[in-house]
Amino acid sequence: MAKYDKKRIAELIDGTLEFYQLKDMMSSHKDPERFEIYREVLQDRVSWDDPILLPYGLHLYIVQKANGDRIVKCDCGHEFCDYKENWKLHARIFVRDTEEKMNEIYPKLMSPDPEWQVIREYYCPGCATQLEVEAVPPWYPIILDFEPDIDTFYNEWIKKPLPTVK
Amino acid sequence: MAKTLTGVQKKKRGIGWDGKTLKEMRKEITEISKETGHYAGLKTLPFKESDPIRFEKIYSKLRGGVVHARETAKKVAASPIVEQEGELCFSLYTPEADSIVTSTGIIIHVGTMGAAIKFMIENDYEDNPGIADKDIFCNNDNHVGNVHTCDVHTLVPIFWEGEVVGWAGGVTHVIDTGASAPGSMPMGPVQRYDDGYQVTCRKIGQNDVLSKDWLLESTRSVRAVKYWTLDEKTRIAGCHMIRDLVLDVIKEEGVDAYKQFMREIIEDGRRGFVNQVKTMLIPGKYRQASFVDVPFKDLDLPSFAKLNTIIHTPSEITVHKDAQFEIDFEGANRWGWHPFNATPVSITSGIWVMLSQTLVPNDRINDGAYYASKFGIPYGSWFNPDDIRSAHSNTWHALVAAWSPLWRGLSRSYYGRGYLEEVNAGNAHTSNWLMGGGYDQYGQLSAMNSFETSSCGVGASAVQDGISHSAALWNPEGDMGDMEIWEILEPLIFLGRQILPGSGGAGKYRGGNGWQSLRLGWGAEEWTMFVAGAGVMATDCGLMGGYPASAGYRFQANKTNIKERIEKGLPIPLGGDVDPDHPTYEENMDAEVVYRDRQAVSTQEQFGDYDVIMNYLRGGPGFGDPLERNPKQVEEDLNEKYILLRYAEQVYGCVFTEKNGVYTVDLQATEQKRKQIRKERLDRSQPTKEWMKGERKQILNENAAIQVKHMYAQSFALSEKFTNEFKSFWNIPEEWMIYEDDLGVPTLGSRINRFKQKKKQ
Repeated sequence: MAKYDKKRIAELIDGTLEFYQLKDMMSSHKDPERFEIYREVLQDRVSWDDPILLPYGLHLYIVQKANGDRIVKCDCGHEFCDYKENWKLHARIFVRDTEEKMNEIYPKLMSPDPEWQVIREYYCPGCATQLEVEAVPPWYPIILDFEPDIDTFYNEWIKKPLPTVK
Repeated sequence: MAKTLTGVQKKKRGIGWDGKTLKEMRKEITEISKETGHYAGLKTLPFKESDPIRFEKIYSKLRGGVVHARETAKKVAASPIVEQEGELCFSLYTPEADSIVTSTGIIIHVGTMGAAIKFMIENDYEDNPGIADKDIFCNNDNHVGNVHTCDVHTLVPIFWEGEVVGWAGGVTHVIDTGASAPGSMPMGPVQRYDDGYQVTCRKIGQNDVLSKDWLLESTRSVRAVKYWTLDEKTRIAGCHMIRDLVLDVIKEEGVDAYKQFMREIIEDGRRGFVNQVKTMLIPGKYRQASFVDVPFKDLDLPSFAKLNTIIHTPSEITVHKDAQFEIDFEGANRWGWHPFNATPVSITSGIWVMLSQTLVPNDRINDGAYYASKFGIPYGSWFNPDDIRSAHSNTWHALVAAWSPLWRGLSRSYYGRGYLEEVNAGNAHTSNWLMGGGYDQYGQLSAMNSFETSSCGVGASAVQDGISHSAALWNPEGDMGDMEIWEILEPLIFLGRQILPGSGGAGKYRGGNGWQSLRLGWGAEEWTMFVAGAGVMATDCGLMGGYPASAGYRFQANKTNIKERIEKGLPIPLGGDVDPDHPTYEENMDAEVVYRDRQAVSTQEQFGDYDVIMNYLRGGPGFGDPLERNPKQVEEDLNEKYILLRYAEQVYGCVFTEKNGVYTVDLQATEQKRKQIRKERLDRSQPTKEWMKGERKQILNENAAIQVKHMYAQSFALSEKFTNEFKSFWNIPEEWMIYEDDLGVPTLGSRINRFKQKKKQ
């Protein structure tokens, strides 16, 4: 079974591995200790101390607060909301709902027709990073993409203690 | 006392094991698997555990043999779809139609061929027409569980000493099956009766010989007879190779060992799937949705089909605590009078194709995974129609869109666990399908479906760009085919193939690019052409900040002056339509009719010599914020024409200098420009909750296009849960509602309607 050190996982995160190395990782049986190493690499990289419970998306984490709350936090430090809520409702939004706004991203005819479908861009209020993009018809409820069962994951699946505030 | 019919039937020995009928065996295996949670009730795997080498040897022999059957048999075919693109697949089943082992290729048919055998079992084929050694059966009936009419199955029972020990199944994607329009995925059919020649699990041969009535009827029912005929020979050859293989294994290992093996390998597949779920996923819920356009209002179709609407497919993946894998499609909207409907078997089988490329990337693709999963597919929806009249010939239009968000859902798990190499932002909407038919350049009645769609862009991953112009979700071994081969087989000359800049979704890692080919009509008589693809909508989102792949459009010109221009040595349209904001095709020809629009589904139109038509193969969605893309990679994309300059500047925030047509990125200026774009983002965006207030007003005022309202009205009519969630999210009053009947569009066939059912009560 494959095993990778922190350096290799850091390179994976940075996208600096060669394709043959990625192919090797894809073809090998998955390394069960990946999650812990990955979590540690990410924890080392953020400027704040809240323990990362789960990487939630590019730049987003579910972190443990000292008061017991679990919140969605951006690596810039911006805190969105409780992890059971939809962080997008606490983001900033820009909606491409005209041909002109669509044409800023796509050449003519290559964008959705805004009468049928709009593009919603969600930005972090702290660092203005584009964190998610939705392509949906007007009126569509904002999608809550992911509701992880963190306790089952730690306690029953990987059988590791949840990271705690030091 | 006279004998009763039931009495006679009871005395008749079944062809299954120990004198049971296949129907009895099917019932037993279903019940015990359900009761115990283990396939065939196997809580242990005694054969595998006691003699693993022998067990694996049998597996390897069967798997290798099934793959070999595919590779050898496909050389029989003449159809480029089968021979060039590999659109065929073989599978070996238990007597009850559970899949044991499958070849490479279009493995979606593991489920569909199984559904056909189950249909025969359920309908007592054992009694009539009878199932005997060396019989040959054929099926392509969509409502039995097929994907679409052109996927034709050949099914052969395998007997050992008078007992059924299994079934061999083979499927090919046939170029034409006699639908109301030519080609394998025609536009034009809006009812089952337009979909073409449908064969419902029919016995077509005995003693390994095809019946003459079958040969005559079937070849008179389709357009491209040579492809139909050679495809059938391909399927039979493969099935017979598999039958010989199984009999050889039984001779070598003994029938009891083989029987035990087939049970254990499926239970092993089930356990393997559960194990992979626990290894790679995170328990919880994952939500996503897809949309694809049905722009039929202005097409030449029956009045009840002439409307614009959207196929809506929300999905909720639940990874349960015990690693059971469930997908619920509650909220999906109604089937319609279009050829994009599907069956539950086709959508679930396609999900296995996808999972075999991500979650279970091994060769043990069998029905074990099916027994570890659960699917919720609403009755009356587009992929579970409540009416046998539904058309399915171009079901991929909707299926491909529906599957793509599932990749994204699973990718959130892979991302969370650190398996970044497995993340995939989604798949391309594999279109346009470029189709046509008539008398070809050889004077033969023929049809075509360009399978260039086998090579669309792949979605980006979390660590690298999606691969460009290379793949399709539905055939892991797809290939765009050689232009020279297509030109031999189709009356269309290539005026070029070219990468389409910007067709892959922008992102930190961009989606793989799509491409275009331009074809010139040449040599056919009475030929028609049309296209089918997503046009006005992007069929997927990007992932984690990446943009969706670009949407589609069509270009076609009829009655051109290209002949005169060639004679005079003037330029003619060549290559791709690389920047539709500044098109060049029209500058290089005159034409009486030009279609340059988002109407990417069209119906047949006559197509003559020197007419031109473009095929646009889509890109994949992107991953991550484009402002985080390595500027050097943007520079490379620009110089290699994967993006246009203005988008390299405004989407990726890069600044360039140019010398002799070569661009060099200015890193310092790029950093500044990116800072500026971030500032602009904050300036022109607003807090989501503020924006929601305005959107809510639009909803209350019912301010949206008719097709949007129609989509919601259908989902509301089918699903109370979706309605409640919609209203709750937007805080909409109880009395607000959009009804299909109030929209002034055709509603023929809209029978399941919870509002009307309530009224009746």
